[in-house]
Amino acid sequence: MKTVTEGSFWENKIKSIRSKKRETDPKLESEVERWYEKVYLPSLKKIPERKKEFVTTSNIKLKAVYTPADIKDVDPIEDIGLPGNYPFTRGIHPTMYRSRLWTMRMFSGFGAPEDTNRRLKYLLSHGETGLSIAFDMPTLYGYDADDPRAFGEVGRCGVNVSSLDDMLRIFDGIPLDKVSTSMTINAPAAVLMAMYVAVAESQGVQKKALRGTVQTDILKEYIAQKEWAFPPEAHMRIIRDMMVYSTKEMPQWNYISISGYHIREAGSNAIQELAFTLADGFAYVDLGISAGLPVDSFAPRLSFFFNCTMNFFEEIAKFRAARRIWATVMKEKYHAKDPRSLILRFHTQTSGASLTWQQPLNNIVRTSIEALAAVLGGTQSLHTNSYDEAWALPTEKAAMIALRTQQIIAEETGVADVVDPLGGSYYVEWLTRRLEEGAYEYFDKIEKMGGVLQAIKSGYLQREIAETAYQTQRKIEEGDSVIVGVNAYKIREKKPIDILRIDERAQQLQITRVKKLRENRDNQKVAEALDLLKQAFRDDTKNVMYPIINAVKARATLGEIMNVGREVYGSWSEPYLL
Amino acid sequence: MVRTVSSVIKKNQRRIRILVAKPGLDGHDRGALVLCRAFRDAGMEVIYAGLLPTPEQVAQMAVDEDVDVVALSLLNGAHMTAFPKVKRELEKRGGKNIVVVGGGIIPDDDRKKLEKLGITGNYGPGTPLKTIIDHIVKRVKKERWLEK
Repeated sequence: MKTVTEGSFWENKIKSIRSKKRETDPKLESEVERWYEKVYLPSLKKIPERKKEFVTTSNIKLKAVYTPADIKDVDPIEDIGLPGNYPFTRGIHPTMYRSRLWTMRMFSGFGAPEDTNRRLKYLLSHGETGLSIAFDMPTLYGYDADDPRAFGEVGRCGVNVSSLDDMLRIFDGIPLDKVSTSMTINAPAAVLMAMYVAVAESQGVQKKALRGTVQTDILKEYIAQKEWAFPPEAHMRIIRDMMVYSTKEMPQWNYISISGYHIREAGSNAIQELAFTLADGFAYVDLGISAGLPVDSFAPRLSFFFNCTMNFFEEIAKFRAARRIWATVMKEKYHAKDPRSLILRFHTQTSGASLTWQQPLNNIVRTSIEALAAVLGGTQSLHTNSYDEAWALPTEKAAMIALRTQQIIAEETGVADVVDPLGGSYYVEWLTRRLEEGAYEYFDKIEKMGGVLQAIKSGYLQREIAETAYQTQRKIEEGDSVIVGVNAYKIREKKPIDILRIDERAQQLQITRVKKLRENRDNQKVAEALDLLKQAFRDDTKNVMYPIINAVKARATLGEIMNVGREVYGSWSEPYLL
Repeated sequence: MVRTVSSVIKKNQRRIRILVAKPGLDGHDRGALVLCRAFRDAGMEVIYAGLLPTPEQVAQMAVDEDVDVVALSLLNGAHMTAFPKVKRELEKRGGKNIVVVGGGIIPDDDRKKLEKLGITGNYGPGTPLKTIIDHIVKRVKKERWLEK
């Protein structure tokens, strides 16, 4: 019998960070002390600082300057290391952007499928290297264009997909073996993935050759973006089946992109984004393991999606901390052996919530700064927002400037010429450590609540975010945070920019199409396919991907397929959040 | 519906009861949840409709809860369909005196059209909470004065 109670994995991690102390040069410490007494304090008396207290978004208090004495808990080899090596703090590849620049992946989609098809071809012809599709609200929730709940929302914030025919239209003339496609879809991810497989088949492209990502991350939907269809357990079961299916059949397909983006946009701070996202990641690892998959068979294909907002160094530190945490936990807790299981690959999008409605051209500057932080943080791909997105979906002109922003960073600034140029900065290394420590504290807390699902069901994670969002807003109201053009440097403006108006005809067109489809298809075949699907939903031992692909090909619509799920699983309502 | 004099007086003196709702398929609830907290701190009684109610459900809830104000928020571009629908549904249910205000990503032209339908505010991102609260208080005061 053990006499000493062992702490949890997370408790031990926190303890080990806090107890870590490297030796530093005693001369340095006395020099820092001298500077503080003889230089800093007298200077404060003459010229006081602008604020009583400087803090990051995560309320980390900042000193005036950092020295090696502040990073005694960071080991240059063990914790920082070298790029391409464990724990990957400095980047996942030895050469990073010296070999290959990040993928410039611009999220786009609106109106009817052919509108989006045109925009994708436009972006491809201007040097974009990966596609990324935005869907409209009815598609995201799994309703057809002609569903009464969809009225007014078809094609509004993304492209509408009601059936396989719409997916065929989106990818018309775009060879799927030549592009990688990212689809931002969660609750109905399995259905859209099935449609993509069917489009590939119609182009004569093999499943093995398909490259891309479906977002699929339902946990962050309950936490932040709130686009679900069924209760959490039902969605997790479908995700399990997607994992198993893709692991077998689609070796280059990323079936899940674990997303902090929405967690941040919903109002969280950097530590919360980091912690909740990685906690979700570990929940999916647990799911894969519970489905009987060896960790190294699926972990290499988990990828991440982070936000990058305005607090420059905190964002860079967040990305570096994320890589170190993932590698450490995958190795020490999940005993992954394949180095690819240890590396955290991520896509970044600049922050939509940081864009202002006021003086919208200033948003070009904000996006540039955020994009720079993402690059300095070592992102694998990047979407830059357009300056007009606090107003509407972007115009072609605005989307072009956003893409050019990335190209300017890549080609003109030289920041891509050295790997992790901020590595070793006393401040950045110290901040990286603080974010890491803060994340471990949340992991511990979440585990003690019974895990992520439990923390969602109790509303804890949602309330944490809403509370931070409110505090952020109050700081702006009280002038503690300055947003240029919003609570300072204001001007009178009259219609500062032209915006994109969505063609109202898209909605009518999509409604007509889905109605026609129901008349013209083989309805007997559809009914049979949906029946098979219902049985699979009810039988936990079946893999639902096969009957979903079958139903999609029979031209069952997205809404019909999701309705089978709603019938079997029911729906979900949030815990009380106020 | 016939109101007794005493119930009118009572309603005129009570704290503002407000229903915050996102009518339709839109999970962007950051603004709505921030407003709930701000309204509460401003002394209002806040009811949050939760996510994904239909316009009909929002109207029904407003009438059932006997609120003074319905505050609608949408960031999905569907405000021109959903906001007027809530207003119509309120009228159908005898809630024509309930103040309707809106907010979200609403272009200027749309704002003018909504305004004509009696849906006011329609504030965009970055609007100070105080501006929104003052607007609501002003509208409720006027409505109560007219009702007297």
